[in-house]
Amino acid sequence: MELYELTLQQLIKELESKRTNAQAIMTAVMGRINEVDGKVQAFLTLNQTAAMEKAAEFDRQPWPGVIAGIPFAVKDNYCTRGVKTTCASKMLEDFIPPYDAAVVEKLHGAGGILAGKLNMDEFAMGCSTETSAFFPSHNPWDLERVPGGSSGGAAAAVAADEIPLALVSDTGGSARQPASYCGVVGLKPTYGRVSRRGIVAYASSLDQAGIISKDVADAALVLGIIAGHDPRDSTSEKKEVPDYSTVLTTDIKGLKIGYPREYFQQAEGNVGTAVKKALLEFEKMGAIVEEVSLPHSEYALPAYYIIGPAEASSNMGRFDGIRYGQRDNSAENVAELISGSRQRGFGPEVKRRIILGTYVLSSGKYEKYYLQALKVRRLIRDDFTGVFNDYDVIIAPTTPNTAFKIGENASDLITSYRSDIFTVPVNMAGLPAISVPCGLVGGLPVGMQIIAKPFAETTLLNTAYAFEQATDHHQLKPDLGVR
Amino acid sequence: MMMDVKEIEHLAILARIALSPEDKTELNQQMNKLLTYIEKLKELNTAAIEPLYHILPLHNVFREDLAIESPPREELLFNAPQCEDGFYKVPRIL
Repeated sequence: MELYELTLQQLIKELESKRTNAQAIMTAVMGRINEVDGKVQAFLTLNQTAAMEKAAEFDRQPWPGVIAGIPFAVKDNYCTRGVKTTCASKMLEDFIPPYDAAVVEKLHGAGGILAGKLNMDEFAMGCSTETSAFFPSHNPWDLERVPGGSSGGAAAAVAADEIPLALVSDTGGSARQPASYCGVVGLKPTYGRVSRRGIVAYASSLDQAGIISKDVADAALVLGIIAGHDPRDSTSEKKEVPDYSTVLTTDIKGLKIGYPREYFQQAEGNVGTAVKKALLEFEKMGAIVEEVSLPHSEYALPAYYIIGPAEASSNMGRFDGIRYGQRDNSAENVAELISGSRQRGFGPEVKRRIILGTYVLSSGKYEKYYLQALKVRRLIRDDFTGVFNDYDVIIAPTTPNTAFKIGENASDLITSYRSDIFTVPVNMAGLPAISVPCGLVGGLPVGMQIIAKPFAETTLLNTAYAFEQATDHHQLKPDLGVR
Repeated sequence: MMMDVKEIEHLAILARIALSPEDKTELNQQMNKLLTYIEKLKELNTAAIEPLYHILPLHNVFREDLAIESPPREELLFNAPQCEDGFYKVPRIL
C-alpha cells in the first residue's frame, strides 16, 4: 500500500511506530495530487509550500494531537487564514480570510496540516460541481460523470486517494450525495453539533459542517475533534461530546431499523436493490428491519427550494463589492456599485436562487410560499419524530440514482435538483445522517444513507461501522489508470 | 401564477443585481419552471399547522457584555477592493 492510500487511523499508526514521517506522508499526498488531479480536478488551491514546511517542522519537533502531522483538505467555503477562500465564485476569486473557520482551528489544534482547498458548486448551490465558476470536478469512477455536489471536489479527492480527509458543508445533502456518487463515507452531524463559524453561509437554518473520509472509523475520530459548543455560533449546542471513536462497536443486536417505503419507491431499481441487500446484512447481524412511512417526503424538495433560496437571498446580501470581493469600478453611485458588482461576481445558479428567494419573501408572496414551506417543514420533522418513537435508525438510499454525466442535466434544473430528494428532508429536520458505500451498479458506487435521532451520532456511527466491518464495499477503489 | 419580465426587473432591483436583457429572459423562463414546481406545496392543507422557523428551540442567546479585542483594522481592510485612510471607499453619495 502507498502512503496516500491509507486511512487516518492507519496513518496515525504508521507515524506512531516511526515507520514513516510527516514529510513522507505529505510528499506522497502531493505526489498523488500531481499525478491524478489533472483528470479529477478536485483542488482549487494547493497549500503545498506551507504544508511541506509544516511537515518538516513536525518531523524536527513533533507536536501532540489526534491527527498530528497528517494532511487534510477543506471545501473552499471554509475560511482559512492566509489561504484563498473562493467559494468557487468569481465574487471571491481573490479573497484571503483574516481568520480560520472554527472547524479548521480545531483540526489545527489536533495537529493536522492543511494541504489545500477543494472545488465545489458556487457558494454550495448545486448538486454536481458544474456551477463552480472555475471548472467542474470529475468522478474518479468515470471521468465523464459528475462527482456530485456541492462538495464534489472533496468526495472526488478522497475517492481518488488524493487526501485522506476532507471537511465540507451540508445544507441539503452536500456531504452525503457526493460521498454516495464517489463511493466514500459522508457524515452530516446533527444541526448544532458542530460550529458553523467561518463556513461561508448559504442557508443558515440548514447548514452544518460535514466530514468526508475513507471509512466510518475515521469519520468518528474526526467528529470527536470538531464537535462541541462554540460561543461564536449561537446555534451550536452545549451538549457533551462523546468519544465517538472509542465507543464504536459492531454489536447492533436488537437495533430497530425502519426503511421508508416512499424513498424506495422513488429510487431507481438497481439502487433500491443494492440498499435492500444491505438491509439483509443488518438482519444477519441481529437487527430488526421493518418498513416504515414518511408520508410527506415528496414535499421536502419543493419546500427546500423555498426555504434555501429565501435564506440565501439574505445571506448573500453581504457581497456588496465594498468590503471584499468583485467590484464594479465603472459604477457612478453606490446602488450601481452594488448591483454591478453582484452581476459580475455571481454565476447563473446563485443569481437564480437569490431572485427566487427574494420573490418568495416579497410582499404578498411570503404567506403563500415561505410560510407554507415552514409549515411543511414541521410536517416533515413530525414524520421523522413519529418513526423515531419506534425505531433507532432509518435506512434508505442516499440518492435515487448513481452519478449522472457532466452536462446531462444542464437544460433541466429540476432533474438535477432531484438527486437530493433523499438527503434534503434530513436537513429540514436537523438530523444526523451518514452515507456509506454499499456496492456498485454499472461500475458506479451506490450509497446507503443511515439517519438517526438528534444528537444520536453514536448510534448512527455504530450502525454504519457494523455494516462496514461486515462488508468490503468501502475497500473498492476506482481505477484512474495510474499507479 | 406566472411571472413576466417586468416582475424579474422588480426583483432584480430588490436583490441589487444588475441583469442583461438576455439574463432577464432566461431567468423569467427558469423562474416560471421553478414556481410551477414549488406550487406543489399548495396540495397540502396546512391551516392547523404552526410554521417551524428553526429546528432548535432557541430564542435569544445572550452573553456577558465583555469587551474583547478586535482584529487589527489593516487586516479587515486587506480584502477591500478600494480603501483610503483606513476607511472603505465608495462613490460619492451626496
